Amino acid sequence: MSNLRRADVARLAALARIDMSDDDLDRLSGQIDAIVDAVALVSEVANEDVPATSHPIPMSNVHRVDEVRPSLAPADALAAAPEAEDGRFRVPRILGEEA
Amino acid sequence: MTDWTNPAEATRASALEMSDALRAGAITSVALVQAHLDRIAAVDAAVHAFLHINTDDALATAAGVDADRAAGVGLPLLAGVPIAIKDILVTKGMPTTAGSKILEGWMPPYDATVTTKVRAARMPILGKTNMDEFAMGSSTEHSAYGATHNPWDLDRIPGGSGGGSAASLAAWEAPLAIGSDTGGSIRQPAAVTGTVGVKPTYGGVSRYGAIALASSLDQLGPCARTVADAAALHEVMGGHDVMDATSLDEPVPSCLDAVRDGATHGLKGVRVGVVKELSGEGYQAGVKQRFEEALDHLRAAGAEIVEVSCPSFQYAMGAYYVILPSEASSNLAKFDSVRFGLRVERDTIEKTMSATRAEGFGDEVKRRLVLGTYALSAGYRDAYYGSAQKVRTLIQRDFTAAFEKADVLVSPTTPTTPFKLGERIDDPLAMYLNDVATIPANLAGIPGMSLPAGLAPEDGLPVGFQLLAPAHEDARLYRIGAALEKALVAEWGGALVSKAPELEETR
Repeated sequence: MSNLRRADVARLAALARIDMSDDDLDRLSGQIDAIVDAVALVSEVANEDVPATSHPIPMSNVHRVDEVRPSLAPADALAAAPEAEDGRFRVPRILGEEA
Repeated sequence: MTDWTNPAEATRASALEMSDALRAGAITSVALVQAHLDRIAAVDAAVHAFLHINTDDALATAAGVDADRAAGVGLPLLAGVPIAIKDILVTKGMPTTAGSKILEGWMPPYDATVTTKVRAARMPILGKTNMDEFAMGSSTEHSAYGATHNPWDLDRIPGGSGGGSAASLAAWEAPLAIGSDTGGSIRQPAAVTGTVGVKPTYGGVSRYGAIALASSLDQLGPCARTVADAAALHEVMGGHDVMDATSLDEPVPSCLDAVRDGATHGLKGVRVGVVKELSGEGYQAGVKQRFEEALDHLRAAGAEIVEVSCPSFQYAMGAYYVILPSEASSNLAKFDSVRFGLRVERDTIEKTMSATRAEGFGDEVKRRLVLGTYALSAGYRDAYYGSAQKVRTLIQRDFTAAFEKADVLVSPTTPTTPFKLGERIDDPLAMYLNDVATIPANLAGIPGMSLPAGLAPEDGLPVGFQLLAPAHEDARLYRIGAALEKALVAEWGGALVSKAPELEETR
């Protein structure tokens, strides 16, 4: 099955928010397609009778006691931010010119 | 007898011998830590096991332990014994990068639970060890900061992703280290460096503050030079943590008791299952030979050897390389240039994110994030991610059936001894084959150990022996591992790692 073409890899990289140059696509597309080929055999054995396992040791409704505990101070949370202002993370504008 | 006044001898002792010597007053923790820092200074330019050396804090911790000991204050077993920590655990006061450029120089504002436990055990932290970027790899060649070199042969891989932790042990730079194992990243490096590594049962060690790769597979564990040292560290690391919702609410396994039991009482009545699918084609001759000899030792200790079959293991690799990239594509979304790490500024946030991730991530991370994005995308999710989760069920069923016939399962840890740096770097699929024998345990959540089985006759490089136990039965690994180690060490006349060639010391 598969196959991932160069244009597919470019589209997926955009979804994953990774800029890819032509060089990147030349280098990585073929490798990614080969990996997809290698993993595709999982669908061979996965018939409808087999239930899915999401976690190896299932647990549900895991809670901890609802109590006040020390948390990260705002200054500590912002200390490693590329840019901060007025106690908040500062980011470039969200909408482009065309919006 | 160790001459504790000789730093070269002191660094070659086991962690438990160091603990005894500290209690007996034969050496101070400051002297012991300094001996390791000096060793790191002398050999790490060649080995490159460390990304950061924590000199002042390690010596301060050691001085505190020495002062408390002099004052007669009660101290934990490993107090004053130094340790190295894989750079995947966040550590306050020490940069944490997970081997990635995107986190270069990041100072975490908090400690991981395991970091907190190591500090509470009063163990001086020597530094942070090198790893493949975000633990994606089997050779440390995917570290953004350059590969670690195997102390047995500096031209060869130390395994990965925890190659730095394993190499620090084999280079006598640290007696203990922390690792993380998503598909073999503790066990495979242990195998190729002649050391011991344990992946506990899923949930046995808290992952709070461990930078997540694949949340349904990741587990932290001990790296050491002896089975008993690994047991002692496992007891420090393990236990329930309310900060990790997947943490098991059950007592820490009695690993040290299990070691004493295995080393004292032999293995009469123990059934050892050889997994048919983890042998044969693709396994190097010397690996097979040492594996068979280890089975003879187990037989001599009283164990019964049986063969078991796990037919679904042939799909494990495929399932793993669907599940891991899928989960990683979600976990690594947090590296978005907003709250921490690198930012490559563009005119909008979306372009900034894409430019940042392009520059901050290496090729292996990009490959896997694209693959994971594909496996989770509309129209393909059922075929890939859904199917892989079903394979997981089949693999669990294989293990359940096999553990009805055997108390532990065994295999070579890796198909081959360590290969040359650069040999597989451009062939992702060849690189993935390193983990063929270790991946099934992660998919099923069961505990596993790798311990040295000897040197392959054809190349003189270390071979690893893997033990697997049912979930929650971590203690079995230590019991049987200790019995096997005792027999092998008696044959070798000392720990395997002491046969590694001397590294040239430079200052």
